[in-house]
Amino acid sequence: MELKISGVSFGYSDTSVLHDLWVDLDGPQLVSILGPNGVGKSTLIGCICKILSPKVGAVLLDGKAVSEIQLKELAKEMGYVPVASSDSFPMTVVDAVLMGRHPFSKWRTDENDLRLVYDTLCRLEIESLAMRQFNELSAGQHQKVVLARGLVQEPRVLLLDEPTSNLDIRHQIEVTHLLRELSREKNMLVIMISHDINIAASYSDNILMMYKGGIFAAGRPWDVITEENIRTVYGVNCQVVDFKGKPHVILDDTMKELPDIDWKPPYNSESHPTLNAESQE
Amino acid sequence: MPDMVEPSSSEDFVDKYYSYIFLKIVIIVGLVITVFLVAGYAITIGAGDVTMMETYNYIFHHIIGTQYEYRSPDWFKDFAIWNIRAPRVFAAIIAGFGLAVCGCVMQSITKNPLADPYTTGISSGAVFGVSIGMVFGFSLGTDFGNLGLMFNAFLFGLIPAIFIIIVASNSGRSAATIVLAGIAITYIFSSLSTITMMFADESTIKKAYLWQLGTMERVTVDMLPIMFFGVLACSIAVYVFSRQLNLLYLGTGSASTLGLDVSTFRSIMVIIVALLTSTIISFTGVIGFVGLVAPHIMRQFISSDNRFLIPAAGLLGGAFILICDTIGRSPTLGWDIPVGVVMSFIGAPLFLWIIIRSKKGAI
Repeated sequence: MELKISGVSFGYSDTSVLHDLWVDLDGPQLVSILGPNGVGKSTLIGCICKILSPKVGAVLLDGKAVSEIQLKELAKEMGYVPVASSDSFPMTVVDAVLMGRHPFSKWRTDENDLRLVYDTLCRLEIESLAMRQFNELSAGQHQKVVLARGLVQEPRVLLLDEPTSNLDIRHQIEVTHLLRELSREKNMLVIMISHDINIAASYSDNILMMYKGGIFAAGRPWDVITEENIRTVYGVNCQVVDFKGKPHVILDDTMKELPDIDWKPPYNSESHPTLNAESQE
Repeated sequence: MPDMVEPSSSEDFVDKYYSYIFLKIVIIVGLVITVFLVAGYAITIGAGDVTMMETYNYIFHHIIGTQYEYRSPDWFKDFAIWNIRAPRVFAAIIAGFGLAVCGCVMQSITKNPLADPYTTGISSGAVFGVSIGMVFGFSLGTDFGNLGLMFNAFLFGLIPAIFIIIVASNSGRSAATIVLAGIAITYIFSSLSTITMMFADESTIKKAYLWQLGTMERVTVDMLPIMFFGVLACSIAVYVFSRQLNLLYLGTGSASTLGLDVSTFRSIMVIIVALLTSTIISFTGVIGFVGLVAPHIMRQFISSDNRFLIPAAGLLGGAFILICDTIGRSPTLGWDIPVGVVMSFIGAPLFLWIIIRSKKGAI
């Protein structure tokens, strides 16, 4: 499948957040969105899955604008895993995950859906929580349950807003690795927002780095994760080394002043990158 | 509901889940039986000796059309049960059911366990609508009388409902904000209702005051059909959408990406809630807390899936108001305490208990 972000701009009332974003994502793969806080990462995801409507431009799924696709139909193609939140209503983990099947299910709970839920819980190693109350779980467990809901939806495009923010290092690596595996296994385009540059670099096919509401750089990890780029985008001095063939960032200190460069988005309608999966290793 | 043992395989898991569903259905059936028994008992309370068995017997015979000799003892008992006590008992069940359903819906669409028609100010809006109808004889509907009052209640109940939805749909607003906004709205409409009362004559004031407290006294047998079918139609409409209501627990973003047009759906639900609340309130006056407490209690037993929560909370709400009304008119007290007062006396402490006990993030 192909997802095109063509000239998307978005703003909340009078503050403009995204300016003229151009990028094409082609085929199943794991793409990580990196960038400092408040740069518009979640807003971009919101625009892709139609929670927000871009002021200018469009998001095209296989050539069709998502704004033209009915929500019910879009739900069969695209899944969204929101940033961690709290829940105050008691509900079992099974029921919470089963809701991911909503676009496909009928009134009665289907046996095949239940099996799918169980397999997904096993995959995430949380099957022991199946009958626990969702609102009584730890933050990390809660996050895995929400992730499971996104996975049982079996979309072709899965968008995740910081899916690893509450996980310990072991689970961060496991979940990111799993997302890469699933992108191959289920032929899925997985797009996640991440704050861990090194984990993103090891598992992502492509990285999208955002800056001042635009795309600063997009492409393979080695092309995007450079000392120069991290200095400009995050205002952090660092050293990028080769670790098992992937770029690895060793953080130094923050820069006294954020570099204030006169920056123009490098991509436009004529020239913008097409990101596709790394060849199978 | 107790946590179950860890499932060992996919098959085992499916079986466990279905037995969990079965347990929920058993609870609902249990509630139906409870309401039936409480209703039978409630009808026996009052002047004249009727046992519970006799009550069911008379009601059964009335339904199959048995005629008694005019002014015979059987005729008197049948008349007392069918025309005096049963309407009040049925009205209590219907009111409780409807208000609890409203609570389930409001809590789902605001994602807030403290929302119900009372705490969000919908009731106070509806009361104002009825008050101006009673005092000025002013109705925005064509019909004046019960339907006119109902229409007024609906229209003025809609104002707070829409306001609350606007407040709640702004993400980042906490549950506390919604309840505080509800309290503010309640104050505004209470003061307006009070001002209205200043223009009323003495007998209207007394009538309106008693009604505002929430009472089953005004309900007569000829009002029952409107109330029954109104509540039934709205409850069915809500129940059909229980899976969509479940999606709203996940937040606006997730609900939308699972295929629900959130803002349209919310608006439809709010209109149904306003309709349901006004149907009940225009007959019985304000009865608080039931819409809050009944769903809350049932959530602990059958969790929050609206496919099961709505009927269960409704039945519990019906039983709850019926019990309160029966306590209020119990002969040992010697006088009739309005059901709204009894309900507040029992409901308010429960409300406090919920607030104190609620976990992080809820308030």
